[in-house]
Amino acid sequence: MRDSQAAAIATNRFGLGARPGELAACASDPRGWLEAQLKGPPPLIPDPGLQSTATLVATIDKVRAQNRQLRQSSAASQSAINAAVKLGEIYRPAYIGEVTARLRLAAATDRPFLERITQFWSNHFAVSVDKAVVLGVAGSYEREAIRPHVLGSFAQLLLAVERHPAMLLYLDNFRSVGPDSRLAGRAQERAGRTLGINENLAREIMELHTLGVAGGYSQADVTAFAKVITGWSIGAAGQGLAGGGVPGEFFFRTNIHEPGPQTVIGHRYGQDGESQGESVLLDLAAHPATAQHIATQLARHFIADEPPPEAVARLARVFARTAGDLPALYRALIAESTAWSQPLTKFKTPNDYVISAWRALDLPIEDARSVPPLFASLGQRVWSPNSPAGWPDRSADWDGASALMQRLRWADQIGQRVGAGVNAVQLAPQILGDNLGDTTRVALGRAASAAQAVTLLLAAPEFMRR
Amino acid sequence: MHTMKRRRFLQGTAWVAGGALLTTRLSFAGAGGDSRLVVVILRGAVDGLAAVPPYGDPAYAHLRGGLAIAAPEATDGALRLDNLFGLHPQLAFLHESFAAGELAVFHAVATPYRDRSHFDGQDVLESGVPVPHASQTGWLNRALAAAPQAGHSAERGVALGSNVPLMMRGPAPVASWAPTKLAELDEDTLQRIADLYAHDPMLGQRLGAAQTANAMAADQASGTMGGGGNNRYEEVIRATAGFLANEAGPRVAVFDTTGWDTHANEGGARGQLATRFGALDAALRTLKTQLGPTWRNTAVLAMTEFGRTAAVNGTAGSDHGTATAAFLLGGAVHGGRVLCDWPGLASANLYQQRDVAPTLDLRAVLKGTLVDHLGVPANALDSVFPDSGGVRPLRDLFRA
Repeated sequence: MRDSQAAAIATNRFGLGARPGELAACASDPRGWLEAQLKGPPPLIPDPGLQSTATLVATIDKVRAQNRQLRQSSAASQSAINAAVKLGEIYRPAYIGEVTARLRLAAATDRPFLERITQFWSNHFAVSVDKAVVLGVAGSYEREAIRPHVLGSFAQLLLAVERHPAMLLYLDNFRSVGPDSRLAGRAQERAGRTLGINENLAREIMELHTLGVAGGYSQADVTAFAKVITGWSIGAAGQGLAGGGVPGEFFFRTNIHEPGPQTVIGHRYGQDGESQGESVLLDLAAHPATAQHIATQLARHFIADEPPPEAVARLARVFARTAGDLPALYRALIAESTAWSQPLTKFKTPNDYVISAWRALDLPIEDARSVPPLFASLGQRVWSPNSPAGWPDRSADWDGASALMQRLRWADQIGQRVGAGVNAVQLAPQILGDNLGDTTRVALGRAASAAQAVTLLLAAPEFMRR
Repeated sequence: MHTMKRRRFLQGTAWVAGGALLTTRLSFAGAGGDSRLVVVILRGAVDGLAAVPPYGDPAYAHLRGGLAIAAPEATDGALRLDNLFGLHPQLAFLHESFAAGELAVFHAVATPYRDRSHFDGQDVLESGVPVPHASQTGWLNRALAAAPQAGHSAERGVALGSNVPLMMRGPAPVASWAPTKLAELDEDTLQRIADLYAHDPMLGQRLGAAQTANAMAADQASGTMGGGGNNRYEEVIRATAGFLANEAGPRVAVFDTTGWDTHANEGGARGQLATRFGALDAALRTLKTQLGPTWRNTAVLAMTEFGRTAAVNGTAGSDHGTATAAFLLGGAVHGGRVLCDWPGLASANLYQQRDVAPTLDLRAVLKGTLVDHLGVPANALDSVFPDSGGVRPLRDLFRA
């Protein structure tokens, strides 16, 4: 038996928008089609042109040091300034390469559910290229800290994320100093400088990554946790205080770690060093508030802006019962009847919109430099949420009048670009399936040109939502 | 046929310039009808101790370390407001406005929110409800729905940006506008899309609002809108002025800024935050210039979700705090005053031994602005700001 309504939901809501042929391929068993995507190792991006975070951070450190030397040696002569390598010359190509590789994968993948999940986690544990230092490493962060762990446990994912240099840079933890650490003591003695903690990462781990804002922690817990993760830093070349470890990789700096036990949410952590932080993270991952928080976020992403509380409760129970086993959680989501009862409950984000257009039309990428502006012009520059909360996930956050008009302008540009090469009348049922309504069908048939028909297809209410 | 329908649609809205507007204006002078309000949301928790340094507080310099702004006499010192407060040295236009009596400064001000999450704090700032995430509509929209509206556009407010911030969401129709580099659609295609949306109220409303905003922007393309400038806010500020200076345009504009979350390397008189203050100050100066005579009837509210720690943190920045500063600027404002019951920065006076203690509820400022500037009836304030019965509007914020 074919279930065409479910196929439309599987490809558009759980997936990234149907490619031609995908609806037909999954129609006999839409839920099985989704489950099959969870089998096998998660797909990594096999692009040899992309660099690791460690390489990029180490390169940047080296360039910075060279630039400093240049400036000092020739007393800021013009030639020295000209010879200095601008950091953007390293970061920008890396960013363009990563954004393009990500779009290529999303546009072509036959595991679109898993790719949506990957992007969900990447946004849940958001870093933002609004911070200049993150520009070059947001993509490698997603490849290194998120992708390999999306089919593991939540705890593994959490540990990978919070240790990653991109996160330590983005939320400032790499140089957060324990007030009673060895380095702080020496700085006070020698230079009268008071060093201390930066509580940014600790707060956002609790508020955004794990417990949620109402998860039952206090300011005192934030401060104590910030002390626990002092020393979680990044390796750098050189012998001095800033040196040590493998350049550009996670490095635990004993000399800035706050010594002694800390109490976080009523639990005393007496370990020494790095394992103290790991221990807190594992407890946060297993906390009931985390189960509730993650279940809410997932349900909002896959069911509706305001998901049914009973659906959230069921997902939270699975999370708790399986100790945060992610594939079990995804299977529970597939089994969640409320996710299948209503089509088109979610307004697409610009990111969803671009990717689904790419999949529907099989668009080529001619020039990688044109890819980042695609997303930026629609209001969602890749990896650039305004805050560590990541991009918001409700219709009202994306459906402004001006945003819609910009989306339509973009659709028109695509329509004119692919022009007569696409038959939108034939394509529409292949990508929208059961969601395709009569109004749209008739409008496409009456379009003044093939190009206009493509514009109308991309503009249709059925294509604006998932 | 499509083209005709589109024309009719445009004629039905008040934003398109035409002879009829003149009479509307004449019949609607006073009673808040000519007043304009710009709300600048400063997202990320602006450091009030940097924006409005209390250089005269004995604990200030020590607490702030490298972030401290020097007293007015010193190089790069604060711009003097009085013997206790100054403005950040990058806020030169605000300082001129203060001297001209067009800037009221609030300090130790906070929303009712007392925790330290940006996202909950911004939600309370925008919703006007003391509990985070308790409302899907914003106080400004609810106020617009209650305000007198004769003679103005169907869309009573405009959000400058692609999307509408929570503050402006709600029952009153609003538009949004953002600059674009993409080509406009032709009228035929637009009309066909409008037909596609005929049975989709949400998309239909958005499309209509976008078309009216575009029509207005096109009307003014040769005037105040567009144009480059080296300021990050320039283009949007010019557009804001264009909308508000249009007699038939929206009365209220919301302008969103981000990047105020200065956990590391915040800087003092110079540096990261100073650069942002400079850009904001220049943008506000541009707004005044571009508004021309409309400035006389304009108020600009600049506010943020909460403040930052009184003391510098371990990475030459500051962490999330509580009370902060806010600004009310404009030709309509009874300014030249710092409105503040300063709690002091001595450790015993800090909120939870770390933040500037709140002594003024931001809602008092907002209520005063709504009633005395926008003409919102006082009896509507309870629904605009639920559970705020104890907070009385600050009166006397505007020129008689």
